[in-house]
Amino acid sequence: MDIDWELLASSLWPIVQGGLTGTIPLSLASFAIGLVLALLLALMRVSGNRILAGIARAYISVIRGTPLLVQLFVIFYGLPSIGIVLDPWPSAIIAFSMNVGGYAAEIIRAAVLSVPKGQWEAGHTIGMSGTLTMRRIILPQAARVSVPPLSNTFISLVKDTSLASLILVTEAFRVAQEIAAFSQEFLLLYMEAAAVYWVFCLVLSAGQTRLEKRLDRYVAH
Amino acid sequence: MSPTDDSSVPQPGAKTAPVLSVDRLSKSFGSNQVLKSIDLSVQTGGVLALIGPSGSGKTTVLRCLNGLEIPDGGRVAFAGGPAVDFGSPVNRKQISALRDRSAMVFQHYNLFPHMTVLQNVIEGPVQVQKRPRAEAVSDAMSLLDRVGLAGKEDQYPHQLSGGQQQRVGIVRALALKPSLLLFDEPTSALDPELVGDVLHVIKELADEGWTMALVTHELAFAREVASEVVFMDGGVVVERGHPDQVLRDPQEERTRQFVHRLLNPF
Repeated sequence: MDIDWELLASSLWPIVQGGLTGTIPLSLASFAIGLVLALLLALMRVSGNRILAGIARAYISVIRGTPLLVQLFVIFYGLPSIGIVLDPWPSAIIAFSMNVGGYAAEIIRAAVLSVPKGQWEAGHTIGMSGTLTMRRIILPQAARVSVPPLSNTFISLVKDTSLASLILVTEAFRVAQEIAAFSQEFLLLYMEAAAVYWVFCLVLSAGQTRLEKRLDRYVAH
Repeated sequence: MSPTDDSSVPQPGAKTAPVLSVDRLSKSFGSNQVLKSIDLSVQTGGVLALIGPSGSGKTTVLRCLNGLEIPDGGRVAFAGGPAVDFGSPVNRKQISALRDRSAMVFQHYNLFPHMTVLQNVIEGPVQVQKRPRAEAVSDAMSLLDRVGLAGKEDQYPHQLSGGQQQRVGIVRALALKPSLLLFDEPTSALDPELVGDVLHVIKELADEGWTMALVTHELAFAREVASEVVFMDGGVVVERGHPDQVLRDPQEERTRQFVHRLLNPF
């Protein structure tokens, strides 16, 4: 097969641009909102309050038990039926944030539970309330434990945002799709899009390694 | 270092008055009653040593005093504070008021691993007691210097030996200026050659007039520093008195057996 080098070169920047203006901002915004949601859900789960814990558990169960694509379609194509019409970008951010919230909540909860009980007691003995102990003593230690799994969640999210192309968000994959439809060079364009995602994820993995090293400075080896 | 720098703590050597009195303290875990009506009091500047076999309830006593366990019944009162009656429901505020009067030194140190030595020590004074940071830091530095840890303030706990970590644990408790220091088997987790340093620090604190209650298996140490020894077994106080009497000439058979076994392990 002949490779259309000219097409490859001329389409690279538009795809990368789609990544920089679509994939990356969509991922960052969804992850940031998702983390806040996840922290809230995790705290509800460990609160000891059965109603709050039950609500969080039900939410997590629904999010993890249904396909992300279906969640995306419910929000963008489904909600208009009850009069809620959202643009592609808000729809995508809502869907991805809610999804990250469900998955990351379990990661954070496990990390909180992994902090030894003695740390709670040490917080109490210096006079701290439960809330202050959670904030100053437990969560900082849980944060370190949850960095590797949360990084994986983020990298998955970056790739999952390609699904937003199906609700008309202009991101890396949608740009590739449009050029492919126009040029009929499907294999070339989709391989090129794959390469762009791969490079993005390589950069993120390097960032993850650096972050883990930084957070490890107080841990014995 | 001396407790006299806090006016709420009575002067060492002053006329003795109980800093703490405990009446009929009881506590069960499920169907297992670990404390059966314990009475205790600690005089100002006194050192109460709780000894006894494992499972006797001595650690639970300390934990109840610090609000880490909530007793099922009995009454705990610190000098100058309201008595907390555990026979009726207690609220979080009462527990917190009780907890503020004492500070625990744990068997396994329980330092905060994500904080430096200095941060560990000033966390309570700054975050809880809302003291000015500069003042808390300067107090912390002189306390650290006092226990031989000058220059270690920026290290993380994992960079220290067990003995050094436990001395940080002691300083963290001292920095709160509690009326009562609680030591829960403070040397049990240490390598034998590190025990001496920690005991030395505790002895100095006792000599300076700090009021303390300690759970220990170090009978020789208890004899040297304690003003009263309480021998517990099966959730009750079997015998109490001056260390020379309880440890050298116990009146109760159970005490005699326990002391004999600890002093003659082979």
